[in-house]
Parts: sequence; C-alpha cells; structure tokens
Amino acid sequence: MIAPTTKNKLTFSTIEPGSGLEAALTCGNAESLKIINTSGLRGRGGAGFPTSLKWELAAKQPDEEKFVVCNADEGEPGTFKDRVILADFADMVFEGMTIAAMVIGAQRGIVYLRAEYTYLRRHLEDVLDQRRKQGLLGKNVGGKKGFDFDIQINMGSGAYVCGEETALIESLEGQRGEPRNRPPFPIDTGYLDHPTIVNNVETFAWAVCIMAKGAKWFKKFGTEKSTGHKLFSVSGDCRRPGVYEYPLGITIAELLDKVGGQDAKAVQVGGAAGQCIPRSQFNRAIAYEDVPTGGSIIVFGPHRDMLKIAANFLEFFIDESCGQCTPCREGAPKLLEGVEMLQRGQCSMAYLKELCSLGETMQLASKCGLGQTAPNTFLSIVEHFRDEILGRTPEKSK
Amino acid sequence: MLLTERERLRDELEKLVDSHGRQRSSLLFILQEVQRRHYYISEYSMQVIADLLDIHPVEVYSVVSFYSFLDETKQGQFVIRLCRTITCEMAGKDEIARQLENDLGIKFGETTPDGKFSLKWANCLGMCDQGPAMLVNEKVYTQVTPEMIHGILEDCRSKFGVHATALEMERQI
Ligand SMILES: Cc1cc2nc3c(=O)[nH]c(=O)nc-3n(C[C@H](O)[C@H](O)[C@H](O)COP(=O)(O)O)c2cc1C
Ligand code: SF4
Ligand code: FES
Repeated sequence: MIAPTTKNKLTFSTIEPGSGLEAALTCGNAESLKIINTSGLRGRGGAGFPTSLKWELAAKQPDEEKFVVCNADEGEPGTFKDRVILADFADMVFEGMTIAAMVIGAQRGIVYLRAEYTYLRRHLEDVLDQRRKQGLLGKNVGGKKGFDFDIQINMGSGAYVCGEETALIESLEGQRGEPRNRPPFPIDTGYLDHPTIVNNVETFAWAVCIMAKGAKWFKKFGTEKSTGHKLFSVSGDCRRPGVYEYPLGITIAELLDKVGGQDAKAVQVGGAAGQCIPRSQFNRAIAYEDVPTGGSIIVFGPHRDMLKIAANFLEFFIDESCGQCTPCREGAPKLLEGVEMLQRGQCSMAYLKELCSLGETMQLASKCGLGQTAPNTFLSIVEHFRDEILGRTPEKSK
Repeated sequence: MLLTERERLRDELEKLVDSHGRQRSSLLFILQEVQRRHYYISEYSMQVIADLLDIHPVEVYSVVSFYSFLDETKQGQFVIRLCRTITCEMAGKDEIARQLENDLGIKFGETTPDGKFSLKWANCLGMCDQGPAMLVNEKVYTQVTPEMIHGILEDCRSKFGVHATALEMERQI
C-alpha cells in the first residue's frame, strides 16, 4: 500500500547495528557526551537545539528518576522522514535512546507515536522485544552492570500541538496537550516532574552514527553551524518526491535539481510552521543559520495559487491551535478572513498592513511555537507575491 | 441503557482502569482503549472513569474533547480520515472527498445509518509524497483515485458480516 519513499542511500543503512551503543559503553558517559558535543549535532525536529547541551543539562540533575522521550509525533505538514526511519531503522532509534539514557542516567524511555502511525506500532513492539531478548534493553543493558533501561510506546490521539515538547509531556501525563510555560524546562521538570529529554526520531539515529563513526566523520559534512547530513521529506510539484539525505547547507536550487522541481515558483521550507521562499531566493542554504527545517520541503509549481496555499495552512493552524492563548486562537482566523478578502479582491492595502502587524504580534506574543509560526507563510506570501494577490477579480480565485 | 448493560460497562471499565493503574497518567490509555472497543466514549463512561480515578468528570471530558481521535458520539466501525493538508490538496483531495460522499451517502462529520462508516477530515498523515492519502481505521491508503473508493469501501463491507465483533475486526485489519 505504501510505495518506496527513500530516494537515495541513507547513511543509516551503512551503520553496523549495535556499534554505536558498543562504542558508548566502552568510552563511558563523559566521553560519549564529548563526542556528541564535538560533532555539533543539533536537533533534527526543527528547532535545532544542540543535542549534547540538552543531554548534559539533564545529566547534571541529581534526580534518581529520569526519562528519555522520543518525539515520533511527526505532524508538521510535508514531513514523513520519521515514518521512514521508524519503519526501516527502528533499531537505531532505540539504540540512540539507549545511548542517551546511559549518558543522562535514565531508566525509562518512551516513544510518543502519533495515532496516525498506529500501523507502525506492532513492528516497533517486535523490535523492542527482540532487543530485550538480546540484552539490549532491560537489566544490565549491553552487559553494563547497573545500567537498567527499557522503552515503552505511548500513542498520541491526533493533535499536532502534542509535537511541542511540553504539550507532549502533558499528553503523556494523560492531560490535554496544552503547551506549558517555560521555564521550567523538561530537562529538570519533565515527565511526572522528573528530568526528561525530548528528542526527534532522527536525532537519536544520528547520535548512533556519530558514536559508531566518530565526531570528525560527522563534521566533514554540512556547514560550520549546521554539521552533518539531514533527511529531507520532499513533496509537491516535483518529479521525484520522497525522502532524501543531503548535507545541511545545500541550497534550495540544488535540492530542486535533485528532485526534479526546477520550474518551481516557490518552496515551503519547514512545513506550515516554516517559510515560503520565492524563486528569487532559491540560492539560499537549508541550514539552521539560513533557512532552517525539520525536513519538510514542499514544492509549488508555476501554476499554484499562493492564496490557496496560505488559506490551507491557516485552516491547519486554526484546527490545531490548542486555544490556550489569545494571539494564536483569535489571530489565525483573522488572517484567514483576510486571505478570503484577498481572494475576493476586497482587501485594501491599509487593512493588509494591519493584518501583517497582527501577524507580527502573533509571532511575538503567542505562548508556543504553533502560534508563533502560524503567520509565517501568510507574511512571506504578502511580502513576495504582492502582484499575484492584490487587486484580484473574483474569477481569478476560482 | 438497560441497567444490566450499565453494570456490564462499569465492570469492564473497572477492569480496564485497574489494568493501567488508578492514576491520572493512565487516563489517555484508558480513553484510547474505550474508544477502540466502543467507537466512542459515552458520558456514562466518562463519569465512571472519573469516579475510578477520583477526578472530576469535567477533567475527563476536557481530555476527550481535546483529541481528534477521541469521540463523544458513536462512530462507525470504519472511520475514514481523508487528509486535507496542502500536498494532498494539490494532489486532488477534493475529488476524493466528493466521491467518498457520493459512495457513502453522507457528508464529512457524519456516520452512515448502518453504523459502518464515519467520514472525517484529517491533517497531514505523513504520506505527502504519495497523496491523496487517507486512513481507514489504522490502515493507510495512498495515491487514492476516485475510482478506487468503491473498491476500498466494498473491501471493508465484505470483511465482516453483520455478526463480526470488534475483536474479530481488529484481527482482520
Ligand atoms: C507546534 C509544534 C509541533 C512540533 N512537532 C514536532 C514533531 O512532530 N516532532 C519533533 O521532533 N519535534 C516537534 N516539535 C519540536 C519539539 O518541541 C522539540 O523541539 C523537539 O522534539 C526536540 O527534539 P530535537 O532537539 O531532537 O529536534 C514541535 C514544536 C512545535 C512548537
Ligand atoms: S500558541 Fe496556540 S497552540 Fe500554542 S499555547 Fe497558544 S493557543 Fe495553544
Ligand atoms: S499533506 Fe496529506 S499526507 Fe501530508
């Protein structure tokens, strides 16, 4: 039912299973942390927080009970690389969680799997069972005395906002998935108020590669601030959509070449929460310091109506907002109304400017990343596609 | 509801709650399981669960109403969720939606009178390279065309006769 998604060779397929954990067990906690730190690995979920720093902060907490959480909520529109990793490289994800557990001193790991991926669950449970039989989970993991660690799978129930790490923790605790105020951060006050690290599926898999092949090897690729390779989920108007692995720092134009999307008029980098990059800026680099992404790349061909795209994303945010804070809850519907006015050709420049300042307020005043990023696409479309969106006649929007 | 039915449900919920432990953090597990077995979480169930966990029923309701995979009204045996997010929209989800409505005779948000199918929208299902995508219960369908709809629905109908139980269904999916 699901066609092959991976379009080029993934590094994950070249790593000997177990070699990362073995290296970590041999060199110990401090040295493992140092290796991850030297590699420059940053979170693959989108925000790009340095992975070693998160682990180090959690490791320093004196608590007896700590948790490693794998964020498999993959809800960002246009993202599907975590699905591929979970289906093809589940062992590596669990191995990465185990390394993290060793480093921070955690006894329990939790995979928070989105409800839409329930069909992956049985496979994941089988892999976990296998690892228990091999002594890679349970008591004295990998033969290391006193290192007890096991992993359970918790299911989401259909809420994009639960991918935000504090909402995810709320959900794990059986609550509504409403983001918390930060601080406190999960690294000291996480699941059931214990120190908790939350990392993306892909981040754990890269941690294994780094332990197996070394920090130097990882740093050979990418840019100074965005080291290593990254998985990209490419969809939309291109000839070869799918999952690709490339070094960070690749330009949008280069990527479009690879996927057969050269005639694109715009590319959405980072999903609904990301930015809409017009053709004139295709020489920009996909990297934390330029255009960041959790991996979502959506290609818009020359015939696409940018207002329809803006409307679709806003509907998404309205649907998925948890409703806790006003800028997000009230702002997104106002922006959608504005898009509909533009579609009817009934929006004055003065009102459009007001909408843009509303968008900026949302970016500043919303409580979590959802509301902060909800206006992004609207704002980039207004900025880059004025000729297309202003002065429409109703027929044009059909 | 008959008293005996209520008692049976209460028994069932008690067993379920005890199997997860009577603590607040079990709530989502419990609700997910009730949804799977009964296709919704009734007001009565919410009250019983609240009792058992020693929390206010409003707390249970607030969780049920938050998540899109938990329902307050009874859903069909097959819940069809069509992705409406951007790449599936570009791939032609509107035609799929129309055909689903035509073949089922219901609109989005509704359940067929025989209780077999519910039709819902979903946001990105993580199948964007192969849209339009939809889920039927746990099963994912990709590159769906309007012609395929009839066959998919017939597949669901033929899998189980009128006597199929929830558990039998689960095994077959
Ligand atoms: C609304 C929202 C949704 C998010 N969804 C996800 C998600 O599905 N997967 C993910 O890994 N991170 C998601 N994040 C980011 C997480 O909050 C967190 O930064 C990430 O899991 C950290 O892992 P990393 O450092 O390994 O990337 C989301 C953030 C926000 C604000
Ligand atoms: S920004 Fe939106 S999703 Fe985030 S807490 Fe506020 S209302 Fe909820
Ligand atoms: S947009 Fe439909 S599966 Fe992602």
